Amino acid sequence: MSRHVADDLTYRRPMSVWWWTRRRSYFLFVMRELSSIFIAWFVLYLLLFVRAVGRGEAAYEDFLDAAASPWLVAINVVAFVFVLLHTATWFLLTPQAMVVAVRGHRVPAAAIIGAQYLGLAVVSAFVYWLVTR
Amino acid sequence: MDENIRLQVTRYRPDKDTVPGWQEYDVPLRKEWTVLDGLNHVKNEVDTTLAFRWSCRMGICGSCGMNVNGEPRLTCATFLSDYAPGPVTVEPLGNFPIVRDLVVDIGDFMAKLPRVKPWIIRDEEKSVDDGEYLQTPEELDAYKQFSMCINCMLCYAACPVYGLDPDFVGPAAIALAERYDLDSRDQGARERLDVLIEHEGVWGCTFVGECTRVCPKHVDPAGAIQRYKLKAAQESVKMFLLPRAFR
Repeated sequence: MSRHVADDLTYRRPMSVWWWTRRRSYFLFVMRELSSIFIAWFVLYLLLFVRAVGRGEAAYEDFLDAAASPWLVAINVVAFVFVLLHTATWFLLTPQAMVVAVRGHRVPAAAIIGAQYLGLAVVSAFVYWLVTR
Repeated sequence: MDENIRLQVTRYRPDKDTVPGWQEYDVPLRKEWTVLDGLNHVKNEVDTTLAFRWSCRMGICGSCGMNVNGEPRLTCATFLSDYAPGPVTVEPLGNFPIVRDLVVDIGDFMAKLPRVKPWIIRDEEKSVDDGEYLQTPEELDAYKQFSMCINCMLCYAACPVYGLDPDFVGPAAIALAERYDLDSRDQGARERLDVLIEHEGVWGCTFVGECTRVCPKHVDPAGAIQRYKLKAAQESVKMFLLPRAFR
């Protein structure tokens, strides 16, 4: 009796391209990774804005006109939502990556997350003051 | 009257099947029964050919990990009543090759584990006459959480990075490396870093965080990996900036 037996009879399950749609946490993770692209977009947008300001009144007006186009507004709204997601998810993950100890006691996660939001609020208030003064 | 719950169980007989299939079994739904109790009922009373791993029934041996309704779980700590009225799908642990039915090939993890040297490494071993290596409760607390790992591999089953790139060292192995790095008696951090600083080491991880969520012992492998990344990054900067004598 001769039956061909392969060396490896184990079955390897293929991983679907759509694995990240199967679970909410996977989906959130992929969205968080995707949000980096929109962060990069905002950095680029800000640099273009600074360049326009540097080039004088006409360039600044041109930039504002371009920024008001429906396409750019739509892109920026989507980008802003992703930036919010990026910020919230990374703030949430920080206590896991950073162990902060004060006088031998580990600082609770909520305090680390809270401190980040506080920092964000302070910086935002400063920028707001800088722009509107 | 006994109520039943249906188990949908993966069957794979390597000598007969080319792909895994499903088989359904009705088992008694009892308040104190776990998924593992259901499987043992099948094995003892219904179908002796069903293959699965188990040992302690009390969440410490780490043998009975399977995907229950798609989620990596210790079947001895997963109650059937939580899934009533059912059906409950029971699959082999994800991301590992299936040997037979619910049994997976864990050879890959077994090969990776010793690579991170999860044992106490000393520059110079003290002799037994010199006594024990003493440790304060605070020093114990520094690594205790990571020492709770039972090698059940649920974290590997939950990790999409490991699923996509089987060369990734993986959550449990890195958490165990961190466990020994944080141990005040250990001096082997440099040796472990050499393995983990590679791309397939800590940098493979993209912080999905599922390993931590599924860990039945609250080890937090994701936290261990991110802490290791910080350490690895600091080492890289030091290597770049400092003269050899100060590293």
